[in-house]
Amino acid sequence: MSEATFLLEAHDVAKRFDSVVALKAASLQVRPGEVHGLMGSNGAGKSTLVKIITGVFPADGGQIFVKGVVRSFRSPAEARRAGIVSVYQDPALVPDLTVTQNIRLAGASVDAVRKWLAELGVVRLDFSLLVRDLPDPTLRLIDLARALAWEPAVLLLDEITASLPADLSEQIYAMVKQWRERGNAVIFISHRMAEVSALCDRATVLRDGVTAGVTERARGSEERILALMLGAETARAVASVPSTRVSRQRPGDAQAALEVRGLRCSPLVNDVSFKLYPGEVLGVAALEGQGQEELFDCIAGSRRYDEGAIFAHGKELRLRHPADAIAAGIVLVPANRLLALLQQRPIPENIALPAFGGIRNWGPIRIRSERMRVESAIGRLQIDTRAGSELRRLSGGNQQKVVIARWLASGFDTLLCFDPTRGIDIGTKRQIYALVREIAAEGSAVLLFTSELPEIALACDRAIVLFGGRVVAEMPVSEADEATLLRSAHGLAPLAQASS
Amino acid sequence: MTERAKTVFSRVVAAVTGGGLVSLLRTRTIVVLVLLLLALVAGIELARPGTVNALWASNMMLFAAPLGIVAAGQTLVMLTGGIDLSVASVATASAYLMATHSGLGVAPAILYGLGVGFVVGLINGIGVALLRVQPLVMTLGTGLMTEGMLVVYSQKKMADAPRVPQFIEDLGAGKFLGGIPNDLIVWAPIAIILIFVLRRTGYGRLLYAIGDNSKACSLAGIRVWRILLLNYVTCGLLAAAAGLIIVGGTDSAELRLAEVYLLPSVAAVIIGGTSIFGGRGGYSGTIIGALILTVLNSILTLLDVPESVRQILYGAIILLLAAAYTRLTD
Amino acid sequence: MITSSEGKSSVMAVPAASNMRLATRLRRSLRRDPSLFFMPALLIVSVAITVAIHPQFSDFDLQSLAMGALPLAFAAAAQTVVVIAGGIDLSIGSVMAVANVLAASAMEKASFEQSLLLAVAVLMAGAAIGALNGLIVVLSRIPDVVATLTSGFIWGGVALVILEKPGGGAPQEFLNLGTGTLFTPWLPNALVLLVAAVGVIWIPLRRSKLGLQLFAVGSDRIAAFRSGVNIDRTRFAAYIFSGLFSAVGGLGLTMTTGIGAPLAGVYYTLSGLAAVVVGGVSLAGGRGRMLGPVMAAFVLTLIPTDLIFLNIDPNFGQVIQGTLIVVIVMIGGFVDMERNRK
Repeated sequence: MSEATFLLEAHDVAKRFDSVVALKAASLQVRPGEVHGLMGSNGAGKSTLVKIITGVFPADGGQIFVKGVVRSFRSPAEARRAGIVSVYQDPALVPDLTVTQNIRLAGASVDAVRKWLAELGVVRLDFSLLVRDLPDPTLRLIDLARALAWEPAVLLLDEITASLPADLSEQIYAMVKQWRERGNAVIFISHRMAEVSALCDRATVLRDGVTAGVTERARGSEERILALMLGAETARAVASVPSTRVSRQRPGDAQAALEVRGLRCSPLVNDVSFKLYPGEVLGVAALEGQGQEELFDCIAGSRRYDEGAIFAHGKELRLRHPADAIAAGIVLVPANRLLALLQQRPIPENIALPAFGGIRNWGPIRIRSERMRVESAIGRLQIDTRAGSELRRLSGGNQQKVVIARWLASGFDTLLCFDPTRGIDIGTKRQIYALVREIAAEGSAVLLFTSELPEIALACDRAIVLFGGRVVAEMPVSEADEATLLRSAHGLAPLAQASS
Repeated sequence: MTERAKTVFSRVVAAVTGGGLVSLLRTRTIVVLVLLLLALVAGIELARPGTVNALWASNMMLFAAPLGIVAAGQTLVMLTGGIDLSVASVATASAYLMATHSGLGVAPAILYGLGVGFVVGLINGIGVALLRVQPLVMTLGTGLMTEGMLVVYSQKKMADAPRVPQFIEDLGAGKFLGGIPNDLIVWAPIAIILIFVLRRTGYGRLLYAIGDNSKACSLAGIRVWRILLLNYVTCGLLAAAAGLIIVGGTDSAELRLAEVYLLPSVAAVIIGGTSIFGGRGGYSGTIIGALILTVLNSILTLLDVPESVRQILYGAIILLLAAAYTRLTD
Repeated sequence: MITSSEGKSSVMAVPAASNMRLATRLRRSLRRDPSLFFMPALLIVSVAITVAIHPQFSDFDLQSLAMGALPLAFAAAAQTVVVIAGGIDLSIGSVMAVANVLAASAMEKASFEQSLLLAVAVLMAGAAIGALNGLIVVLSRIPDVVATLTSGFIWGGVALVILEKPGGGAPQEFLNLGTGTLFTPWLPNALVLLVAAVGVIWIPLRRSKLGLQLFAVGSDRIAAFRSGVNIDRTRFAAYIFSGLFSAVGGLGLTMTTGIGAPLAGVYYTLSGLAAVVVGGVSLAGGRGRMLGPVMAAFVLTLIPTDLIFLNIDPNFGQVIQGTLIVVIVMIGGFVDMERNRK
């Protein structure tokens, strides 16, 4: 196929930020009338390539061709005029303006947006509402509708279905296909293999800043994509991690490391009770917005609750600040890494942070003992420290490891992990789950929420399901397959007889 | 329009400085700052040969010390991402209160002066740390409040004419060992303690951490308000101490005594490498920054230009320094 | 991946666009912007207190009040524009001083017609200074607090160069534009001037695309950028308007004091900022109305006035203003904290 027929082509694009090379030689060729996936682990360069294509910043090397003509965009507005529009996971909407004002701001037509919103299933939206007063899924659709209103030849969707309920994701898939039927192209970025293999005609895989390969939709393409993303050896190594768990036996009179009784935190947590024992990993499965995030925040001490009690090793806790939870041995690894990390400070300072909580630790630091603890945590987690002295230079997976390393270094009884592998590449994911198993094996207790159901079985001994702010099911891992969890997560009774 | 201007600007900066200087600036800020200072000193000597000698150097230290002490407090506050616009009023008020109570003896008078710093710093701390008010607005308010109260107080206290005790005068203006300014006796220990605290203590670590991401600190179990409260109190005390030294140098407590120290205190911190957003920097850079500003001021005094032109040049040079610094280390 | 395969889309929970009654619209505006109610109330209370203290409050007193508040109101307006765009301008007072001494020295021996032309020239100079400020802030990438603090210092020096000591003057007819009462005794010229100037400059701006961009940049810079807004150009424009309003304020100073004073501006920077805060405009940017800060300027000016009527030392005025700011922001901080606790 000759170059002139590509709607968009990126050729050997390179980009570096100070000493960090984000892209070495990335290439991409998008034909009209196709949905083209862009895959790669964190740090492979996907978002950098997207930002260059859409004009957020210029490339250092290589060229971008739009319909065969070399272009270099200096702003998203310029790229938009050339027919290239991107939609990200965070809606590009200004919170203090109304929907109408946001549309006007971007120079789009209000009627066109209304029409596209209707196509996406949103019919009676009040455009005079402030964006900050609207729920997030609505905003995503408005963002997408606004993008469509510009009739772009190339539509880039960057992780747009992340944490979206299924019905909205379906609307988006349908729209993607519709856009393709018109002869346009859609570049689809996602971490979810199933989505990509269902939707994309072809997929380009990036690894370490270069294009590792391009696959066509066919049987077995998922494995090929995985292999391209990881590089052949890692793929083999990762495949060898056993994916089924054998539940541990617990002595009959063991005391719970963490017990939650009748917890209520309106509006989302209504009545949660469960026990977590030392040495086990308890998985939490739930749909979007069933109260799981609020539950974790309450246990970790960063949110007040209305009723109920939380016990650590039998002792009731008064939690008014995360420091209270930490003092009781309960620590949190939150979903949002940015919330937990000091971006400008070096890794050792990030890891050693909790040590300075008490006033008596405000004095001179014992450097040697700090260094020992920090280095042992770094070693255990295999954190890649090459990126230098500032945390923001690390990849997402490594950053997540630093958060965990912090708690390893300072010690804990109970580890709360809220979606620890969100947005992380597969290799690091497996490492983190292996680590969680190890931590439990050493005697600590782990409460793990993950939005990826199959991973419950990977790491947990037991699972509970949250629905409507209540625990509706509890089962050992042997019964916690995806189908069963999904049923309970919807509030439906399990098909088979309940055991446990 | 601005796009082209920006490219031109960066090209000029790059041409002037060259790439090597940039990485040097990032990793060893102090070296570049010291070079800049030496360049300024060399400039003076070239322009007016014979100016630079031991006496001149000792006078520079003498004048730099009060700025260095005010900038010390400002450094602490700016590391946490804040700012303190009340330092000038506090310094003036501290000097005035000390002077009007000098009849009680030197030590009680000093305590009165420091007391002002403590009280205002405490109010600032309560506002910023406990009530989450923005530091700019909070310290703006307390600065106006303090200045106003000082004016009222000065008119009520007409009877007790302010008098600067000999001890303070010696501290602020005197020298020992044939040339070392006395106020270094105050500045040097402060500098040593501050640098130690920032580099080697938990408190210092926490300042950087809070400036970088105070939410992360909460999640890690740090009670942020305690540090911030102590920090603003410390800044107030340092500003008050600086006021005592300033008044020793000028020998009369006026109501606009320390006004000229506000902008330079912020400038010294910025030039010294501390980011106004917090999380990065330190006091050693501020010290050199203070020295650079003091030398700059003396250069401008040597030029035979009216006060107004001096003001313009001073501000313009600070802008250039801060711009070069921010651009190069972004 | 856990997904919800049944039930209504969460999008449907949003209220529909029906005919909005005036009451609902009013309630919504109030909820979005509490200062819409609070500021007028505070102003009325302040005026009531003043009249209670001094029942002989005459039209002449109203005139003095308007004249006294005029420069501060313009300083507040200038600050409001920049704050809405997410920045801050600590050079406003100095720019006012430059405009003031420029006008006073140029108009000293001018005729009325000439003075009007000179006024326009001063306005353009103000906008130019604002543009320079904007260039400095945008190009140097120094945080605007430091950049404008420093540039304010420079402009202060410029004012001193133009007029070393207070002096100069302007033709009487020009001064009358800001003093006296042209229409009715109870409508001071200063008030008319204030409303006219703010209205002519701000209302078209707020309705224009640029105005939308100012709010957008102040609210969420990244979203604005992705929506196609040129951030640098918008911030630059904000400073031009700040310079323009400051120049109007400087002209107002000339009219109400009759002379030019190079050091006049020092007070107005910080007090203008205080009026913005008290007037309910969030320093975070992205929202706010001009009405609040302008009214707050009157409230702040009433304080020394009331003190004079009460025979209290007017120097207490600054104490009270400073304390008022401190108390208001502390209460505001406390209220915000309680609201976020939920």
